[in-house]
Amino acid sequence: MLTVTVVTILVVMVAGLGRAFSAHNVFDRVLAANLFGTKTVLLIAAISYLFGSADFLDIALVYALINYISVIGVLRVTEWQLAGRREGRQ
Amino acid sequence: MSTALHLISDAFLLAGSFLLLTGALGFLRFPDVFSRIHACGVTETLATSLILLALIMKSESAMPQVKLLMILLFLMFSSPTAGHALAKAAWNAGVRPRDNRNERGIPVPPDNL
Amino acid sequence: MEIFVDVVLLSMLVATAVALILVRGLMASIMLTSIYGLLSASFFVTMDAVDVAFTEAAVGAGVAPLLLLMTVALVGRREERTVSRHALVPLLLVTMTGALLIVGTLDMPPFGSADAPANQHVSPRYLQHTEAEIGIPNVVTAVLASYRAYDTLGEALVIFTAGVAVILILVPGDGRGTAQATLPDPISGDRQGIVHVVSKILIPFVLLFALYVQFHGDYGPGGGFQAGVIFASAFILYGLLCGLPAVVRVIPPTVVEVLAALGVLLYAVTGVLSLLGGKNFLDYSVLASDPVTGQHIGIIVIELGVGICVASVIIRIYYAFAAHLDRQRV
Repeated sequence: MLTVTVVTILVVMVAGLGRAFSAHNVFDRVLAANLFGTKTVLLIAAISYLFGSADFLDIALVYALINYISVIGVLRVTEWQLAGRREGRQ
Repeated sequence: MSTALHLISDAFLLAGSFLLLTGALGFLRFPDVFSRIHACGVTETLATSLILLALIMKSESAMPQVKLLMILLFLMFSSPTAGHALAKAAWNAGVRPRDNRNERGIPVPPDNL
Repeated sequence: MEIFVDVVLLSMLVATAVALILVRGLMASIMLTSIYGLLSASFFVTMDAVDVAFTEAAVGAGVAPLLLLMTVALVGRREERTVSRHALVPLLLVTMTGALLIVGTLDMPPFGSADAPANQHVSPRYLQHTEAEIGIPNVVTAVLASYRAYDTLGEALVIFTAGVAVILILVPGDGRGTAQATLPDPISGDRQGIVHVVSKILIPFVLLFALYVQFHGDYGPGGGFQAGVIFASAFILYGLLCGLPAVVRVIPPTVVEVLAALGVLLYAVTGVLSLLGGKNFLDYSVLASDPVTGQHIGIIVIELGVGICVASVIIRIYYAFAAHLDRQRV
C-alpha cells in the first residue's frame, strides 16, 4: 500500500512539474512549484519510512519550511515588480 | 491491535492517494487560477494529513511519530496560508475568475516580469 | 522500489534542466532553479546522503533562488533572444568534450564498490576510529568538524569573504541600509492579515528549529551550515513581510557584520587554544581533561562559530539587496 502511495506522489509531482514548465502566468508557476514542494515533503516522509531511518524527517521539515518561504518570497517580489510598473505608468 | 492499526493506516493511505490523484486532475484541468489553487489546497491539506497520519500509525518508535506530528502541524499552518497568499496576490494583480460564459477576466501578468 | 524512485527523480531532473534552458522568462527560470534544487536534494536523500540533502534544500532551493529573484526584481528584464548564427562550432566542441568525459568514466570503478580508491585510504580509518576517538554517532560531522576541521575553517572563511564582497559592491558609503517606509502592498501592507499573523506565529518555531539543527548535528543530520541558513531564512521571512526597516530594528546591519566576523574568530581562536595547549592547530583533545570530551567541546564551539558566520552573512546579503530594492522604488 505504501508503494501505491509513493507512485501516486510521483505522478502528482510529474503533473506539477509539467504545469511548472508550461504555465503562461507567474501565479500558475508559483502554484505548481508550491505543489511540487509539498509533494516532495510527502515523498521524503514516505521514503523515510521505507528506508527505516528517522533522520530524513528533519529534511522533510526543512523542505516544508523552504517551500513556504519561497512562495512568500516570490509573491512579494511579484508585488514589487507590479507596483513598480504601475508607478512607472502613472 | 496492530492488525487493526495497519488496516486503518492502509485505508488512510488509500484515501490519501485517491485525493492526491483527484486534486492533481483538478489542477491540470480547471480553467482558471483560483479553482486551481483550490484543487492544490485539497492535496496539500487533507491528502497530506491522511498520509502523514497513516505514517504515524505505521511507525514503530516514538521519535519518528513526534517528528511526523511536527511536520503535520507545520504544513497545517503553512499550506492554507500559502494558498491564501497566492489568491490574494493574484486578485490584486488583476486576475479575475472566469465566468460561465467562458470569457477571461482582465489579462493576467505574464511571467516575463 | 528504490530504483524506480531513483529513475523517476533523475528523469524529472533532466526534464527540469531542459526546461531551464528553453524557458525565456527570468522569473520562470529562477523558479525552475528552485525546483531543480529540491529535486537534487531528494535525489541525495535516496542516496542516503542526508547532510548534503539538508544543505542543498536550504540553500539551493531556498535562499539562492530568493536572492536571484531579488536581483531580477532590481534588473527586471526578459532575457534577450540572441540570434545564434555560428552554433555549429560550439556544438561540436561541447559534443567532443562530453564524449571524452563519458569515455573517461568508463575507466572508473563501479558505483559504490568497496575497492575504489576513494574508499581505501582515509575513509576506513575515519569510519573505524570515530567511535573511539570522537564519540559522536554522525561520522559526517566528525570528519567535517574534527578530522578535517582545517578545511572547514577555509569554508567558513570563504563564506565570510563572500559577505565582505557583497558589502563592498552593494552597500554605498553613505546611509547604511536605512530605507524609508515604502508604499503599503497588498500582501505585506495588511499587518493584521492572515499571512502576517501566521508567519509571526511560525517564525519563533523556525528559529527554535534552527537551534535544534545546530546542536543536534552531532547525532543526526545538521550542523553549523544548515542551521545558519535556516536561522537567516526566518529573518528573511520577517523582512519580506514587514519591510526592511522593521527587520533592521531587530538586528542592525553593523551588529550583523560584527557577528559574521565573530563567528570566524570563534573558530580560529579554538584552533589557537589548541596550539597553546601544546598540540596541533585545531586538535581539540587539549580542551578538556579527557580527549573525547575535548573533542565534543571543540566540535560544539566551532559549529557554533560556523553557524553564526553563515547566518550573519546571509542576513547581511539580504539587507544589501533589500536596501537596493527600496531605494529604487522610493
